[in-house]
Amino acid sequence: MNDIIIKLLWTLLGLFIVLNWGMLMGASMRKIVARVAHRRGIPIYQPWLDLIKLYAKRTSISHGVMFYLGPVFRLGGGVGIFLFLPLIYGSEYWSNFSWAGDLVLILYFQFFGMLGMALGAGEGGHPNSVIGITRGLSQFTTVEIPLTLAVISLALQYNTLSITEIVAAQQGGVQNWTLFTNPVATVAGMLSLLGALRHAPFNLVKAPNEVPIGPPTEYHSAFLGVLRTNGAVLHVVEAALFMNLFFGGATNWAEFIIKTFLIYFWSVFVGVVHPRFRIEQSVVWFLKIPLAIGVLAVILYI
Amino acid sequence: MSEEQNINQNNEPKEDKFLAEENKIRLVTGPDGKQFQVNPLDDYFCDKRPQVVAPKNKIIEKFLNWARAESLWVLGFGTGCGSIEIPPLLSPRFDAFRYGVQMRPTPRQSSVLIISGYLAVKTLKRAIRTYEQMQSPKYVMALGSCTINGGMYYDSYNTINRVDQYLPVDVYVAGCMPRPEALLAGFVKLKERIKAGNAEGANEYAEKFDWYKANQKKIIKNWNMPDYNW
Repeated sequence: MNDIIIKLLWTLLGLFIVLNWGMLMGASMRKIVARVAHRRGIPIYQPWLDLIKLYAKRTSISHGVMFYLGPVFRLGGGVGIFLFLPLIYGSEYWSNFSWAGDLVLILYFQFFGMLGMALGAGEGGHPNSVIGITRGLSQFTTVEIPLTLAVISLALQYNTLSITEIVAAQQGGVQNWTLFTNPVATVAGMLSLLGALRHAPFNLVKAPNEVPIGPPTEYHSAFLGVLRTNGAVLHVVEAALFMNLFFGGATNWAEFIIKTFLIYFWSVFVGVVHPRFRIEQSVVWFLKIPLAIGVLAVILYI
Repeated sequence: MSEEQNINQNNEPKEDKFLAEENKIRLVTGPDGKQFQVNPLDDYFCDKRPQVVAPKNKIIEKFLNWARAESLWVLGFGTGCGSIEIPPLLSPRFDAFRYGVQMRPTPRQSSVLIISGYLAVKTLKRAIRTYEQMQSPKYVMALGSCTINGGMYYDSYNTINRVDQYLPVDVYVAGCMPRPEALLAGFVKLKERIKAGNAEGANEYAEKFDWYKANQKKIIKNWNMPDYNW
């Protein structure tokens, strides 16, 4: 019993670290985008201030039960991925609650938040949120296909669905990373990561300067605070998932931070040099090259 | 003002020529086949009065006000010619992001409403609706001399002269038109006001709600929306 509580406390500490690292990564991304556009950009502590301000709003209104539950489901999705994701390989405490089939569970949790958001945004009743969630779901469905194919390829390659075992198989040098042992699946995964992290060119769904801001049109105050908290957690855990699957995992926090930042930076790098896709363009894009590469990755290991 | 919470002041029947088609009383067939009457103004909108939310403990409020001041989310809502001065703020030349100013597309998420120039009666209605949809604490910045005394439209039949008769204004930026630099100076002034704890416009609006509503209704003849619609 005591072991469980201690482990839970370590997991909460991990969540705190991941949340702050996610906000710092988000801020640095916005700094980079600003510097590319010859601006100074936001102060590096802006995301924390935004979050404090949102939680400290004095009034908030509700449209019903599902409106409350939407952000909760979204946060549940992000924290759910975190709970079952081993952060540091070989550490008993930082491997959270990962177990035999966590890879499948994480793929499920990725969609879970999106569906919760759809229900919440639907009850908000604003036409823009309905448009936004339709766009979001159709894009995310096509993002998931290459990712799932890459994961199937990995499962066939390593003969396991446990992330810890996949990381264990990649230890012992750079040449053992999936990046080199299964480059086709890595390419499919990294292309779908662009959509999963939702930066440009695939950020149409929640871009604030699109006419409908998307699903969170009606969300405000603490509701939006919860969504933003989840956004920060989700960025890190998505990057950490890809680090574990393709780049040999991490054996300490320094490695974790460097690798997640580089993986995150990959989507930022693509984002600042590409304009935003319309939704039908991004759907078609994911169903062409990444899907073909994903199918190839599976065929190679059948 | 009646003693009940419903604040519909005009007791005349709601069926009038200004009422939009979708807001008229109509019969709706439910999914179970039963027909029932829907009055959109009563059923779909909130008509509760705004409440005064007292600031918290002094020290906490000081910290929160600092966060609020450094994170101003401006609603992308342009009312007059001044709205053309807002886009350059986000360009590399002026870069308002440095000051924690960000644009939001929806009134729900934003905390600053910029009345950017003259307000036609038609626009005033939209500005009021937008202001009421924003969540407290919220701030109003009035841009240009038109919002102070009517400016060059002082004798126009269709333009209001003083914005603070209809909405609680926190900061005025004078000029015709003020340059983006003046707008940035206005943001800095607004920040000072928020940090000092003086920017309680939302509470002021709730306290003097009847006065504001009476002023608004004097100007807006075709009041075909609920009195308070958040």
